[in-house]
Amino acid sequence: MSVGAHATPQAGTEEYLPVFTGKVLEQLHEILTRYPTKQAALLPALWLVQQQRGWISDRNMAETAEVLGLTPAYVKGVVTFYTMYHQHPVGDNFVQVCTTSPCNICGAEGVVKALLEHTGAKELGATSPDGKWTVIEVECLGACGFATPVLINDEFIEGVTSERVPELLRKYK
Amino acid sequence: MGYPHKPHPRETVVLSRYFGDPEAKTYKGWAKRGGYEAWQQAQTMAPAAITDVVKESGLRGRGGAGFPTGLKWSFMPKDKKKPHYLCVNADESEPGTFKDREIMRWTPHALLEGTAIAMRAIQAEVAYIYVRGEFTEPYAIMERALAEANAARAFGDLKIYLHRGAGAYICGEETALMNSIEGKRGNPRIKPPFPAAFGVFGMPTTINNVETLAAVPHIMKQGAAWYKAMALSNPKSTGTKLFSVCGHVQEPGNYEVTMGFPLKDLLYDLCGGMQPGRTLKACIPGGSSVPILNREESERCLLDYEGCVEQGTMLGSGGVIVFDDTADMVYQIMRLARFYAHESCAQCTQCREGTAWTTKIIERILAGQGKTSDLDLLLDLSENMTGKTICVLSDSCAAPVVSGIKKFRHEFEDYITGRKRTVLVA
Repeated sequence: MSVGAHATPQAGTEEYLPVFTGKVLEQLHEILTRYPTKQAALLPALWLVQQQRGWISDRNMAETAEVLGLTPAYVKGVVTFYTMYHQHPVGDNFVQVCTTSPCNICGAEGVVKALLEHTGAKELGATSPDGKWTVIEVECLGACGFATPVLINDEFIEGVTSERVPELLRKYK
Repeated sequence: MGYPHKPHPRETVVLSRYFGDPEAKTYKGWAKRGGYEAWQQAQTMAPAAITDVVKESGLRGRGGAGFPTGLKWSFMPKDKKKPHYLCVNADESEPGTFKDREIMRWTPHALLEGTAIAMRAIQAEVAYIYVRGEFTEPYAIMERALAEANAARAFGDLKIYLHRGAGAYICGEETALMNSIEGKRGNPRIKPPFPAAFGVFGMPTTINNVETLAAVPHIMKQGAAWYKAMALSNPKSTGTKLFSVCGHVQEPGNYEVTMGFPLKDLLYDLCGGMQPGRTLKACIPGGSSVPILNREESERCLLDYEGCVEQGTMLGSGGVIVFDDTADMVYQIMRLARFYAHESCAQCTQCREGTAWTTKIIERILAGQGKTSDLDLLLDLSENMTGKTICVLSDSCAAPVVSGIKKFRHEFEDYITGRKRTVLVA
C-alpha cells in the first residue's frame, strides 16, 4: 500500500487515462466481493487511485463514481471528509508528523521545525522546490508512548527527535 | 517502552504475554502457544452459551465506554432473519492511546480468534476489522495473519475482512465507523435505532474494540471465574487492562495490570516516575476525552471504571497522559481543543462551532489578549457542548477544558493578567 509517493501531475487538457483497467480493475472486482453494496467499495477504491496516481483528481473522482454507480459530487464529498486522500499532488515523500498534546510535550514542534528545514519544504503542506518532500502536521498517530512518531510514505517511525531528523531523511534521498 | 522488553513483576500479562515474540505473529506460532484452542472449543458451543461465559466473566468494552460485552452480544436478534455483522473497531485514534496497535502488531491472531468467537456468539457471517489508515504496519501484519488463517481454513465459512480507514478520528465512533464501511462520510448516526437492530448496511450489527475481542479467547479457555477473580478493587471491573502511558514519565509504554491497580503505582513504580527533579502536575487517565486529574487526585485514583469515576474522571480507553511541572496546561488544553476542532465531523452546530471557538479563545488567552470573562465564556460554551449532540465528540472537547479551568485556573489567569509571558501559537 502506498500513501502518497510518486505524484504524477494530471493536466486537464491531456487525454485522461483511466485508473480502473487491467490489474487495478481486477483488484477492484475482488474488493467488491467483500461488501453487499458497490458503494462500500468506495474507500478501498480511492486508496487504489491514490496508490496509482499519487493523488486523487476531479477526473479520478468522476471515474471512480462511474465505476461504482455513484455521482462525482458524492465521491468528492467523501474524498474531502477523509484527511489521508490527497486532493492535490504532493512530494515524492509525504511526511506526517504527530503534534497532538502527548507528542507536543515530548518535543514534536522541534521535530516539525527540523523536518521543514532539512527537507527544504519550509512551510507546512508545501512541497520542496525539488519536488521530493511534503511535510504536514497531523493529529494523533496513535503511538504516543514512542514520541514523536513520523509517518514517511508508508513507513511508521517511532521516537523521532529533532537531532535524528537529518539521518532519518538521508535514507529517502 | 518498545518491545521486546521484560514485563514488570507487578504486571499481570495476559494480552501482552507474547508482545515482542515475533513467532507469535504467525499462524503456526500462535497455534503452538495454545492459540485457536478457544475457537475450537467455541465451535462446539451454542452461541448463547458463549455469550453467557463472556457475560459471567464481567468483561466490559475496552474502547472507552465500558459497556458489558456479553450483554451487548445478547442484544442481537436470537431468531435470525437477516444477515448479522460484526465490526471490529481498530480505529484507535484517541490521543494517549496506543494499545490496540500493539495487540495487532504482536498478536494479530489473538484478535482474529476473538473475532471468530464473537461472530459465532452473535451469529454473524461477515466481520469487518476497521483499521485506521495511518496504521500501515499493523494493517500489513493483520493482512498477513488473515491470509495465513484463511489458507489454513481456520474460520470455515466465516468471512473476515480488513477495511482501511483514511484519516478521521470520528470513525472510531461506532455508527460513524459503520457509515465509513458503507462508503460514506464518517458522520455518526442518531441513536436509536441501535446497531443491534440497524447497524452496518441496515443489518443487526455488534461492534467491539480490539482489546475487548483479544481478551475473549483467554476467557473461553481459562473460564469466566478465572477472569472475574482478577479485580483489585470493584467486582464490577474485572480482568486485566492495557494502559498506554505517555508524556512525562521515564518509561512510557504499554503496561498490563489487573483492574483496580493504583494509578500512583503505575506512574511511579512501573513507569519509573517523572524525570529526575520533576514532579507530577496532572494526569489524564483514559485518553484525551476524559477530565484531567491534578496530582492529588491522580495519586488517589484506582484504575477501574468505578475508581476513575470516584475521582471525577473516566477510565476511557486507558490512555494515560502524564504532565510534569514543566507542562503549560493552558497550551496543552489548547492543543487538545485543537484536536477536537480538527476532528469534528461538523454535523452538529454545538460541536462544529464550539470546538473551533474553544480553540480560538484559548489561543487568544495564550497570545496575551484574554479577558477575565473568557473563562466563564469557555465554561458556558462547554456546557452547551455537553450532552447536546449526536455523538460525544464535543463532550470530549469540553472535558479537558472544564476540568482544566477548574483545576489549573491560576495558569489561565496568569496569561490573562500578564503575569505569564505570552506564547506564540503556531
